Amino acid sequence: MSVTATKTDFDLLPYAGEQHEELPFIRKYIFSTDHKVIGTQFLFMSLFFLLLGGMLAMMIRWQLGFPAQPIPGGELLPDTMTPGGIVLPEFYNSLVTMHGTLMIFFAIMPLLVGVFGNLLIPLQVGAADMAFPKLNMASFWMAFPAGLLMLASFTVEGGAAAAGWTAYAPLSSSGEWTGVYLGQQLWLASLFILGFSSIAGAVNYITTIINMRAPGLTWFRIPLATWSLFITSWLILLAMPILAGALIMLLSDQTIGTTFFVPETGGEPLLWQHLFWYFGHPEVYILIVPAMGITSEVIANGARKPVFGYKSMVLAIISIAFLSWIVWGHHMFMSGMNPMLGNAFMITTMLIAVPSAIKVFNWLGTIWKGNIHFHTPFLHGAAFVSLFIVGGLSGIFMAATPVDIQIHDTYFIVAHLHYVLFGGSLFGIFAGITFWYPKFFGGIMNESLGKLHFGLTFVLYNLVFFPMHSLGVQGMMRRLYDPYQYDYLADMLPLNRFISISAFLLIVVQLIFIVNFFMSMRRSNKCGPNPWRANSLEWTLPSPPPHGNFQEMPVVYRGPYEYSVPGAEEDFLPQNEPPKDVERVPGPFEQPAD
Amino acid sequence: MNWFLPPSVSTFGPEIDRLYYIILVITGVIFLVTEFLLVYFLIKYRKRDGHVAEYIEGSMKAEIIWTAVPAVIVIGLGIMSFGVWSDIKDPSRIPPDSYELILHGRQFEWEATYAGADGILELDCEPDEIPCGDDFSLLNQINVPVNRPVTVHLRASDVLHSFFLPDLRVKQDAVPGMSIPVWFEATQTGQYTIGCAELCGLGHYTMEGVLVVQSASEFQQWETDQAVALQDESPGGSTVTLPEETAIQTPDNAAAKEVMVASGAEDS
Repeated sequence: MSVTATKTDFDLLPYAGEQHEELPFIRKYIFSTDHKVIGTQFLFMSLFFLLLGGMLAMMIRWQLGFPAQPIPGGELLPDTMTPGGIVLPEFYNSLVTMHGTLMIFFAIMPLLVGVFGNLLIPLQVGAADMAFPKLNMASFWMAFPAGLLMLASFTVEGGAAAAGWTAYAPLSSSGEWTGVYLGQQLWLASLFILGFSSIAGAVNYITTIINMRAPGLTWFRIPLATWSLFITSWLILLAMPILAGALIMLLSDQTIGTTFFVPETGGEPLLWQHLFWYFGHPEVYILIVPAMGITSEVIANGARKPVFGYKSMVLAIISIAFLSWIVWGHHMFMSGMNPMLGNAFMITTMLIAVPSAIKVFNWLGTIWKGNIHFHTPFLHGAAFVSLFIVGGLSGIFMAATPVDIQIHDTYFIVAHLHYVLFGGSLFGIFAGITFWYPKFFGGIMNESLGKLHFGLTFVLYNLVFFPMHSLGVQGMMRRLYDPYQYDYLADMLPLNRFISISAFLLIVVQLIFIVNFFMSMRRSNKCGPNPWRANSLEWTLPSPPPHGNFQEMPVVYRGPYEYSVPGAEEDFLPQNEPPKDVERVPGPFEQPAD
Repeated sequence: MNWFLPPSVSTFGPEIDRLYYIILVITGVIFLVTEFLLVYFLIKYRKRDGHVAEYIEGSMKAEIIWTAVPAVIVIGLGIMSFGVWSDIKDPSRIPPDSYELILHGRQFEWEATYAGADGILELDCEPDEIPCGDDFSLLNQINVPVNRPVTVHLRASDVLHSFFLPDLRVKQDAVPGMSIPVWFEATQTGQYTIGCAELCGLGHYTMEGVLVVQSASEFQQWETDQAVALQDESPGGSTVTLPEETAIQTPDNAAAKEVMVASGAEDS
């Protein structure tokens, strides 16, 4: 395949050599337009929210494991939340709502899209920066205040939103049902602003990937991390406006007396669910697809083998993205939507198992006959595969509508979504952070601490979430402040207590990650450009790459997973390494030999 | 860890359970095989000195197999589910001679309304007027006859609730502005849990009720007793006082107790 670089391509890309003036501190680290700095800003922001979301989960687990007992240290919180350390029912509803909201919108989504989208896309496509650097900066500076607004909602009268992260109307459409007025409105406003941030990011990613690829970087030579972020960006671009519209309608119901979702005056509660899940199901894949891309990278790198079936991996991502638009009804099987729609949505939902299975088998094919280096990123990637299998298979129970009758809105769902969002996405995030840490901070994270953190997290994670399937099968509903009010759930206290204790340990071992994360930043910990002996373009740059990234335009000759190529000197072959029969490196205007 | 469903006491319960166990076996086998392969590969192909990975880009044959096989399995499961789902949820398949009652969900109680002595259930009754005519209603309790289809006209007066009978494999959201027919046929007498499965506010966890399944004669006797008792008290419809043992247990902590009192005062 031959590719010709045009003059226009070159003009678009100011390379590092052209701009080396020192920027003042505030332009370099605060209001920066450098995609790597913005990615790092997103990293700190979303890790903070990840920790906070985890703390909220601990309070939920405390209440479920030790109901009506004071939380150790809980008396430090205001009396409107935990008087005498005991969680109030209204605060419990805020906890489940805000745990879900913070984790989905302010932790997992920015970690995958804001962090890795920003860091990786320009580096992997060989560009100096994003297509619209200022829009990129604006994207972070919309996300950050949105997060602050969400945090502020804890402090207002009535407390934070308490209608669930899905904010089902009419519970969410008037404060008279929950006692939460301003908190719910801040929740709506915050997500509305965050939506703008996501759309700005998505526009940037799509433009950058389409327009700014280095010469020779054809579509089927793009690393799967960038491919997955490209598909994710389309989902964001198309789904976020739907959420924004729904949020405005709900905010109007709350504040100016419209009744979109209130039946007495012609509204329709199910309309909210349709709008929310028409956005919400693509959102679910926004939260997992980039982690799939990251997993493909680290697994191929660890196994020292090409990704098995690269093209079918790309097609599987595209299929998942396409199917994500026609499955939203499975969230509404019990909602009162015409039950005959259930049969249609069941089939589309079942079909998602097909591209998911393709991905799993291709990952297995990738490690088959490999020479596996068990570095920390690979371990997290392998954990992703093993846990995504569980999350995928449990999805089949819920897709089968008759079985869903029993497990809908129970802990089976909680188990399933955490197998996908924690077992899948978060392990993918750990894989990504440990893998690309050099490109953020210049060194690699300590491998011994990394493996210790991985092992403990993997075991404790399963102790927390696997038993939840069993709770759900027995009929334990979600979001119950005190499940043991129900006679048939009373004997589930011991299992819940076991889950809670495992969860407390799970968050404690995250300290290992936090310590490792900050300790590995020290200057003495520098590493070379390519510590993992990987192929894609970011590994040709110093760690961390300079402002403007590439000194000269890279030229790409092959795909990103040329590991253990027969006849090659090393077990990796960088994308920009000229083929042996080419005497010299061709300039950007020349046609590279293929 | 218990993967077994609680015993089911409705006519369609065994159908749902059968499907559940089929899926459990299929996914269980897939789970074991894939996880075994993963672990086996991780051990067998671990890094060894002098060893190199084999350069394999993929296999079209393998891709076709692992696309086709899962597709056949899931579409098969889908086809098996069609009939069961339609039998349970399709309003046109509700058995014609079913016993009818209305169930209202509201923060945080269930109110069941029965036809009074005239045998006519007032389906057009406005929520704030229940019960209409000589209909009678009771809180957090439903009595139904065994071995007879029952249709519950499920409604909600404020926010979403979800009518959940875990032992009968029944779940349906109650939606303000809609009246959703839900049918079931209990196969065993006894007392069973009514739960709320949709977050409906701060007393959500207290929204428990009891389903009393009685033999045909017991049920008829109960129905007559209720209607007579009401006629003695007042000519219009009325709410039956709850028997002691079925009243909602008050929550343990003081704060939640206050909540209960407050919500009770609001609704009465």
